[in-house]
Amino acid sequence: MAELTKEVYHDGVVKRLVQFSIIWAVLGMLVGVWLAAELLWPGLDFGQFWLSFGRLRPLHTNGIIFGFGVSALMATAFYSVQRTSNVPLFLPQLAWICCYGWQVIVLTGGLSLLAGWTSSKEYAELEWPFDIAITVLWVCFAVVFFGTIANRRIKNIYVSNWFYGGLIIVIAMLHIVNNLAIPVTIDNSSSIFAGAQDAIVQWWYGHNAVGFLLTGGFLGMVYYFLPKQANQPIWSYRLSVVSFWAFTYTYIWAGPHHLHYNSIPEWVQSLGMVMSLILLAPSWATMINGIMTVSKAWKKLTVDPALKFIVLALAFYGLATFEGPMMAIRSVNVVSHFTDWTIGHVHSGALGWNAMITYGTFYFMVPRMMGVPLYSVRLANIHFWLALGGTMLYIIAMWGAGISQGLLWLSIDEIGELSYSFNEVMAGMVPYYGLRLLAGLIFLSGTVIMAYNLFRTMYGRNTVAVSPPEVIDDIKGTAHNPDAVMGVSPDDEMPSAGKGVPA
Amino acid sequence: MKFHGVSLHRKLEKNMGLLIFGILFVSSIGGLVQVLPSIFQESLYTATENSHLYSATELTGRDVYIKEGCHVCHSQQIRPLLAEVERYGPYSRADEFVYDRPFLWGSKRTGPDLHRIGGKYSDAWHEAHLIDPRSVVNNSIMPSYPWLAEWQAADVGNIELKMRALQKLGHPYSEEDIAAASDEIEGLTQLDVLIDYLQILGTGFQGEAE
Repeated sequence: MAELTKEVYHDGVVKRLVQFSIIWAVLGMLVGVWLAAELLWPGLDFGQFWLSFGRLRPLHTNGIIFGFGVSALMATAFYSVQRTSNVPLFLPQLAWICCYGWQVIVLTGGLSLLAGWTSSKEYAELEWPFDIAITVLWVCFAVVFFGTIANRRIKNIYVSNWFYGGLIIVIAMLHIVNNLAIPVTIDNSSSIFAGAQDAIVQWWYGHNAVGFLLTGGFLGMVYYFLPKQANQPIWSYRLSVVSFWAFTYTYIWAGPHHLHYNSIPEWVQSLGMVMSLILLAPSWATMINGIMTVSKAWKKLTVDPALKFIVLALAFYGLATFEGPMMAIRSVNVVSHFTDWTIGHVHSGALGWNAMITYGTFYFMVPRMMGVPLYSVRLANIHFWLALGGTMLYIIAMWGAGISQGLLWLSIDEIGELSYSFNEVMAGMVPYYGLRLLAGLIFLSGTVIMAYNLFRTMYGRNTVAVSPPEVIDDIKGTAHNPDAVMGVSPDDEMPSAGKGVPA
Repeated sequence: MKFHGVSLHRKLEKNMGLLIFGILFVSSIGGLVQVLPSIFQESLYTATENSHLYSATELTGRDVYIKEGCHVCHSQQIRPLLAEVERYGPYSRADEFVYDRPFLWGSKRTGPDLHRIGGKYSDAWHEAHLIDPRSVVNNSIMPSYPWLAEWQAADVGNIELKMRALQKLGHPYSEEDIAAASDEIEGLTQLDVLIDYLQILGTGFQGEAE
């Protein structure tokens, strides 16, 4: 076993991905704040085409999803897959190629959006040269991730890895199908789908980019980092199995709720609506599993910033996954569709859930990888309240704006005339848009504080060498992993999964 | 207590290949049952008298619309609701979009719907509005697009190649259409072609087919 102990986990690449992720978070949110300001003062583009709202908004969404989000997903996947498999990363050089290659794609892709290269499809705006590059990089990511699992020294594949695996596989499928196009010039292509069919395929992609990237991938974070930080096994193994498969099966159907009352067949809309409602069950099952896991460690919540962020993220996850199915009901969607309510819903997910859980994992990983305490717990606590306050204010402002838009646009007076002109309704949005700008600034300032805190923690230090713990064979001849956190509920016998949680 | 799904899962979580296959299988069912039939539904891709085949200038204008991200704030989809039909005109039909690659229905109305904007305002109004929206619409928050008046339409992609690609995808362009395309947009600004595109939006609608 002497050879084994010499192996160390490849955390350098994790650290670098965390750093890039933080940079994209700050930049992406800064662009978001700028966009919020442009909606109040349209002159803020200074007559520059590249600062124009229509070009900047895709930069914001892509920068956050693919820069901040995917970098964080790669970082946490690489960190946790090594520790749940008890083996260092497979092909670490390829992991480094993933890390830097992805940043090059996000950077050049972002610039191409400013230059007006766009396919117009939401969250798939990047043109075909980038689509090909993303596909190649994604395959590299899959090779490193699944290669590590294939090398594992633990018989069971841990639950967080099912979700990361789902992310990699399903996003690959969606990305390839939705971006099928005939290239025309380097910056232009023609979609092979047209009109209503293009819409159906796009929202099959769009909704499941939310589903498997922004939800599934980040649930992978929950299943690894929450039990580790709470020092408790997952509350129910059975619930995690059922919710994983129910989630993977159901999410895919929900896309057409983005097209209610649009020119697509009614059966497609109805099916999308019903499946969206059913989706509430696996979503909340996961939330309950997470909350129950932490329920024996409530006391830690008062002192531990990482756990605070993770638990709050679960609460917002519960909120967003309740609001989503409600908005997917046709009679609610009549009001919410095309309004700022949708923007608010997205941000209760993106700020409350995705950003918060990511922050929690960063506060968890960085001190451990550096082998030092966090530079300032006080700053992390300030960040927590800024993040919570900013998110709440944002959601409330957008509820106000969105619900008024929806109702006022539909309002008809007693003689059958429209009650309000479009312009009148939008003129009333100024206070809401002002609050939203403030909310964005608050959330961004929290993120900047975290960036300072974490970079101070990392500054001038290398990652400490961590070796996989020795594998102890148990009586059945299967392996117990002292570092694995697979939970076992009292009535639920698990063969060959370690029950222990490391100190 | 035995639960069949959990015992099946215990096999999957020990075998990576099976797990990958399981995820792929389970996640593709929805697409196969819901999306695939729509791809074969004739009424969603068959042209009718309501379908408008874009000319070279309109097609270029459409690419300007996409490049500037107009679809980020304007929908092109009128829902069959009383208030929407009153505000924007007849609700949108699937056969009006069979030549729309990509579709531009949008997901957010920071500005009004544009599906039936064609013919509602003069070219001069559009020109003034695109260059300085607040000169014609009080308290509009639309960006100004002064650069469109300076940029040449010919600089947007390559119209011949574009029409060839669309021809391959089934748009009935003749060889003469394609040969004449470059000359058609020669000398026009991006503002001109964008207005050409806006002015035909929704005007192809002839009423119900039956």
